[in-house]
Amino acid sequence: MKLKQTILAIAGVALAGSLQAATLDDVKAKGHVQCGVSQGLPGFSNTDDAGNWTGIDVDYCRAMAAAIFGDASKVKFTPLSAKERFTALSSGEIDVLSRNTTWTMTRDTQLGLNFAGVLYYDGQGMMVPRELGVTSAKELDGAAICVNTGTTTELNITDYFKSNGMSFELVAFEKSDEVVKAYDSGRCNVFTTDRSGVAAERLKLTNPNDHMVLPEIISKEPLGPVVRQGDDQWFNIAKWTLNAMINAEEMGVDSGNVADMMKSEDPSMQRLLGTSGDFGKEIGLENNWAANIIGMVGNYKEIYEKNVGPDTPLKLQRGVNALWKSGGILYAPPIR
Amino acid sequence: MQDASSKGSSVLTKLLYNSTWRGWLFQALVLLAVIAFFVWIIGNTVDNLQRLDKKTGFGFLDQIAGFQILTSPGVSFMGYEAGVSTYLDVFWVGVINTIMVAFIGIIAATILGFMMGIMRLSKNSIISAIATVYVEIFRNVPLLLQILFWYSVMITTLPAKRDQLSVFGDLGGLNKTGLYMPQPIFADGFGYVALAFLVGLVGCWLYSKMATGIQHRTGKRPMGWPVYLLLLIGVPLAVFFLLDRPLSWDIPVFNNEGPILKRGFERETGMVLKPEFLALWIALSVYTASFIAENVRSGILAVAHGQTEASQALGLRAGLIQRLVVIPQAMRVIVPPLTSQYLNLTKNSSLAVAIAYPDIVSVFAGTALNVLGQEIEMIFMMMMVYLILSLSTSLFMNWFNGKIKLVER
Repeated sequence: MKLKQTILAIAGVALAGSLQAATLDDVKAKGHVQCGVSQGLPGFSNTDDAGNWTGIDVDYCRAMAAAIFGDASKVKFTPLSAKERFTALSSGEIDVLSRNTTWTMTRDTQLGLNFAGVLYYDGQGMMVPRELGVTSAKELDGAAICVNTGTTTELNITDYFKSNGMSFELVAFEKSDEVVKAYDSGRCNVFTTDRSGVAAERLKLTNPNDHMVLPEIISKEPLGPVVRQGDDQWFNIAKWTLNAMINAEEMGVDSGNVADMMKSEDPSMQRLLGTSGDFGKEIGLENNWAANIIGMVGNYKEIYEKNVGPDTPLKLQRGVNALWKSGGILYAPPIR
Repeated sequence: MQDASSKGSSVLTKLLYNSTWRGWLFQALVLLAVIAFFVWIIGNTVDNLQRLDKKTGFGFLDQIAGFQILTSPGVSFMGYEAGVSTYLDVFWVGVINTIMVAFIGIIAATILGFMMGIMRLSKNSIISAIATVYVEIFRNVPLLLQILFWYSVMITTLPAKRDQLSVFGDLGGLNKTGLYMPQPIFADGFGYVALAFLVGLVGCWLYSKMATGIQHRTGKRPMGWPVYLLLLIGVPLAVFFLLDRPLSWDIPVFNNEGPILKRGFERETGMVLKPEFLALWIALSVYTASFIAENVRSGILAVAHGQTEASQALGLRAGLIQRLVVIPQAMRVIVPPLTSQYLNLTKNSSLAVAIAYPDIVSVFAGTALNVLGQEIEMIFMMMMVYLILSLSTSLFMNWFNGKIKLVER
C-alpha cells in the first residue's frame, strides 16, 4: 500500500534531475502550488461535504498561492499519511508540506527539510472514557494506548510513561481513522495525539460525551509548514507568507479592510501591503503579495477563528496561539 | 586506394556477418549499457541526497530507539525495551514477527487447505457444498478487507478488558486485549527431554528402515504404530518423569479487584496472543487455504481414474489406494503451486500495517523510518529480508518437490 508510494518516492529521488533548482520557477511553470496535507483532520485539513479542502493548514497553502499567483485557488492538495509525508516532500512530489507537522531537531537537521515557522502551537493530550474514573494521566498505569504510527506522539508517550514509572501497551496504527475506531471499540483505554487533534477526533466517536480530555499536556508540539532544504528563495516565501498573516493581525488588517488600508499613510502598513518599497520583488513575487494573502485568505486571526476557534466544533481557545501583545507567543519579525 | 578501402570494408562486413563475433559485440554493448545505467542512477541518487543534505549510511542501527512496540513474538524474543534497545533490535523484532506470523500461517493454511480440498471432492453433497462455499467466499474477497473484518470482529464483539470469555477454564481466557494461555517454563533438565524426543525420532527412522528390510526379505512387515508411539512419546515421557518433571506452567492471573485499569489479566503472567496477531493469522490462513484447497483438488483430479481402478483390481483397500497410489501422484501436481502460495502468504503478511501488528513493514519501515528518515537504506534492508525469506522457502520447497517427484528408472 504505502510501501509502493515510498518506493516510488525513492525512485523519484534516484531519477530526478536537478530537482532543487528553483521551486518557484517550477511552481510558476506548472501554474499551481502542490501542497501536502493530512488525510482528514477537522480544523486542520479536511474535505467538506462538497469535497472542498478546509482547515488552517489548507488556508496556509492558499495563502502561498495568493502570494505567488495573486489567486488563492491555484493550489492542489495531496493527502498524505504521517508516514509518507517527508518522503513525498523530499522527492518533489509536493512543493510544501502543511500537515500538522511537529518541528523537531531531527526533522529539521537530518531529513533535509526546513520548517518555515509555527502555524499552531500545540501539545500532546490524552483522551479517556469517563467510565475509567481517571482524572489525571498519572493514574494511567497499565493502560493500553492507541496512537498513529510515524508521529512524535509515539515517542512522547513512551517517554512520559517511562519517566513516570508506569507500564503501558502501545497499539500503533497506520491510518488515523483506524486509531479512532480501535479506541472507540474499546481496544485501548487511552487515545493520544496533539491536543487539537484529540478535540477534532473526539467528534468522530459514537458518543463524544462519554469521553474526556485529561488536563496534562505532555509535550511541546509546534506545528508548522515544511519545505525542502537547499532552495532559500522558496524557503523565504514559505516563511514570509506565515509572517505576513501574523503581522497583518497585529496591524489590524483583515480581508474586510485591506482595500482601504492600501491608501494608508502608515509606513509600516505601506511596506506590508507593498505600496512602498520592493519587498515582494526581493523574494521573487509581486509587491502586493501580502495584500493578496490578506484579501484572498485573511490574516491569522481570521483563519484561526474560521477553522479551529471557539465558534467551530473544535472550540479551541487562542491560548498560547494569541499574539504576543495579548498574552500569547505568536510573534512575527517585522517587514522592514 | 579504392582497392584498400574495399578490402577494409570487406573485413568489417565479414566480422558483421560472423554470428559469434556479432553475438559478443551485442552482449558487450548491453553489458555496457547496464553498467552505465547503474553508475548513473547511483551517482544521481548520491548527488540528490547530498543536495538534500540528508544523512546516509547504516550508522543509525546503533542508535537507541525511543518507542514502545506492541507485545508480540519478536518483542519477547529480543527482550525489546524502549529507550534501551537499538534500531537493530527494532529490525530483528520486525523480522521475527514477520517470520512468526508467516510460519504459523503456512501451517494453518496447509492443514485447512488440504481439508477443504479433499472435502470438495467428497461424494457427500453437503460436505462438498461447504467446501465450495468456503473456497468461493474467501478466495474472492480482497485480503485487506478480510484482515480488517477479523480485527473488527475481535475488538468489537469480544468482552472488554475487565471481562473474559473462558476458553480454557481457569487456565486462561479471551478478551479484547488478547488470548491468554498458560506459559510453559522449562527447568534445567528439559533439554534432556527434548534430546530424548530427537533420539526417539531417529529411532523411528531406523526402525522403519529395518521394517522395510524385513518386509523385503520375508514379505511380512513387523508391528508399526505401537513401536513408533513408544519411541516418540514413551521415551521422552520416561526421561521427563525420571528428571522429576522439569516443566511448570505460568498460569495467567485474572484480577477482579483494585483500580479499574489494573483489572483484567495481569501483565507478565501467562502467555498472550494479541488480537492484532490473531486477526492477521486467521485472515492470512483462511485466505491462502482457499487457494491451497483448489491446488489440492486439481492435484487429486489430475490422477487418472484408471489408477484407482487398477489398484482395486489388485485388491488394495480404499485407504491404501489413497495412501499408496493417488496421493503420491497428486502431490507432484500440488507441490509446485503450493510453493507460490507460501510465498504469497509471507509477502501478504506485510498488510499487518493496517491493524497495528508490528511486522517489519509496520515497525521498521514505518515507525523507525519516520524517526530516522533514511528510506533508501531501510527499504533496502526490508527488501533483502523478503528476498531471503522467499528464496529460503523456495529452496526448501524445491528440495521437497525433488523428494516426491516421479522417480524415473
